[in-house]
Amino acid sequence: MAAGAESLSPATGVDASAGPRRRVVGGRGLSAALPGAPQLLAGRWGSGGAALLVWIGFLWVLVTRWDGVRDGWGGAWDERLAVASLILGVAAAWAWSWRDAVRPFHSRSVAVSQWDLAVRAFSRNRTAVAGLIVVGALYAVALITPVVAPFDPNLQGDLLTERYVGPSLMHPLGTDQFARDVLSRLMYGARISLSIGFVAVAISVTIGTLLGAVAGYLGGVVDTLVMRFVDMVISFPRLVLLITIIALFEPSIFLITAVLGLTLWPSTARIVRGEVLSLREREFVQAAVALGYSKPRIIFKHLIPNALAPVIVAATLGIGNTIVLEAGLSFLGLGVQPPTPSWGTMVDAGRQNLLDAWWLSTFPGLAIVFTVLSFNLVGDGLRDALDPRLRS
Amino acid sequence: MTRYVLRRLLGAVPLVLGIATIIFFVVNLAPGDPTVYMMTPGMSSEVVEQLRVNYGLDQPVHVRYVKWVAAMLTGDFGYSFSYSRPVLDVLLDFLPNTLILSACALALAFLVGIVLGTIQAVKQYSGLDSTLSVVLLFFYSMPSFWLALMLILMFSLMARNVWGWPIYFPASGITSTDYDFLSSGAQIVDRGRHLFLPAMSLALVLAAGIARYMRGSMLEVIRQDFVRTARAKGLPERSVVFKHALRNALIPVITLVGLYIPVLFSGTVFIELIFAWPGMGRAIVEAITQRDYPLVMAASFFFAIMVVLANLLADVLYAVVDPRIRYE
Repeated sequence: MAAGAESLSPATGVDASAGPRRRVVGGRGLSAALPGAPQLLAGRWGSGGAALLVWIGFLWVLVTRWDGVRDGWGGAWDERLAVASLILGVAAAWAWSWRDAVRPFHSRSVAVSQWDLAVRAFSRNRTAVAGLIVVGALYAVALITPVVAPFDPNLQGDLLTERYVGPSLMHPLGTDQFARDVLSRLMYGARISLSIGFVAVAISVTIGTLLGAVAGYLGGVVDTLVMRFVDMVISFPRLVLLITIIALFEPSIFLITAVLGLTLWPSTARIVRGEVLSLREREFVQAAVALGYSKPRIIFKHLIPNALAPVIVAATLGIGNTIVLEAGLSFLGLGVQPPTPSWGTMVDAGRQNLLDAWWLSTFPGLAIVFTVLSFNLVGDGLRDALDPRLRS
Repeated sequence: MTRYVLRRLLGAVPLVLGIATIIFFVVNLAPGDPTVYMMTPGMSSEVVEQLRVNYGLDQPVHVRYVKWVAAMLTGDFGYSFSYSRPVLDVLLDFLPNTLILSACALALAFLVGIVLGTIQAVKQYSGLDSTLSVVLLFFYSMPSFWLALMLILMFSLMARNVWGWPIYFPASGITSTDYDFLSSGAQIVDRGRHLFLPAMSLALVLAAGIARYMRGSMLEVIRQDFVRTARAKGLPERSVVFKHALRNALIPVITLVGLYIPVLFSGTVFIELIFAWPGMGRAIVEAITQRDYPLVMAASFFFAIMVVLANLLADVLYAVVDPRIRYE
């Protein structure tokens, strides 16, 4: 696939299609008192709306949950993180909007890089943008959960009267067998799923990209060794490998993240190796060789950046996949251990009383589906946007 | 052709041996020892030591590895601690159930996926196409274990207890308790009813992926010249789609067999547990919790071999249906 090479080559050409951006009307900086306003006035609905929504949303939480924010500042690290992200979110919306508005018009680049083209293609894809918004909202909720969650996720209510209460105003998604609030547990579970998915994929992308690039560029014995190992790991039902490893050690969040990350990299390595094999025959790499650049320099500066586009797509889809796998492991009791809320364990808890307390399994499952769906939408959108042949 | 198959089979041997090596060292280098789980409070240390000697656990890892591989090559997978029977016998009891479930699920997945994908491609950009796309993406993002629970909730529990449907599906087991007293016709119906929900939970998730792929493949074929020629010479649309386009669009879909078999087997682990289906997936999870090392190793090995064989089968099928592929 030649897509990767072009997508990173330095900016060339002048963008004729977009035309000059409309100048921000009068007192540019002043209208930024309301974040997003200058952008909205200039007709840039996407970025302006995003800044405005983040600002309003976070500020609203700060004001309505002021007690939680005040307590949280002196609380555990995750509560402090929540308060910090709230304040930073509000400040960032403001700062970005102001800076963007007062940036002199002539300093804006008219040259368009392949990344700009990709961003433009992506933002035209409505479903992909919707997916990105949901993913962003999920991460935002995961960060500020300690402040916004209606209840403590492990707080047990009155076991006689508040057990298995169906969805109601007090508990929008009902309560579980220990009279805990399902909505709060769902929000805390999002933190687990999203962070495990992100970290595991980060591990696997790093290892996979490195090994794939090295194997593809060096060839020979290294290539044979790495790729035969990749073949072996890939021809294993991944879940069987995972449960074997995890069950033999003590299940913990760190073990699961590590094992998920360490079993996913072979597919990334395969993709990167394929890219590198075609890239290393290209003129710019041969030029780098002729200039006498060292092998690490060629691999890190010339090969890997050009092989990244398909890796980004695979990683986005991989996060969704990893979230499903983590939920599955937790469902089997081999993942996140109770009482820590996790979507997989919550689905499992609902099994015992599926008919009478249907909400217990249904809502965490829906949370998984919508999260994974959003990642898949973003991944599909990225694939279309990053491949110049697929851009219309 | 025969030579190609033979060469691929020979090439798979080092792969399989490598997999066996990984399994062995993962299982044997993990902390914990099966005798720990057999101990009872009153046991003397000599008895424990004797147990370890009996199971060969007193020997160094590399000795055990060589012995394990040598025994495995003669078809001896050892003795299961938890079933007190040879591992091979235990697995051969479970294997047919897993194979039936996976084969039905795979067939169902490809049937549904190919039909839906073709419909989408033929009616591209229609309301039906976009609706199906959304629905399929929804199923594509679904964990099979959750789908299984939802299917049980609706087609087993709700159907029988709340909605009072005349037809509902059993939520566990492979046969009813009165299976032996049924007539042979009723026995088949009974098995089918037990198979329906687990096969559906596995198949729907896979079918969504197959349909997405099929749609793309079909769209590519439909734009080609020979399809236009077929239309131009006045063939009815049905024969253009089914005889000319579909057959060619199916070729790349075959590669999905090899790709989806590992996913399918991963799925059977959940589905067999949820539906109390006595298969290999359930066996391996139970063996792991009981530290039944020989069974764990043999079952993972069986799974890996089935995946390797399925990949081989997909490659051979691909070579058979597409004459452009040279297999020499």
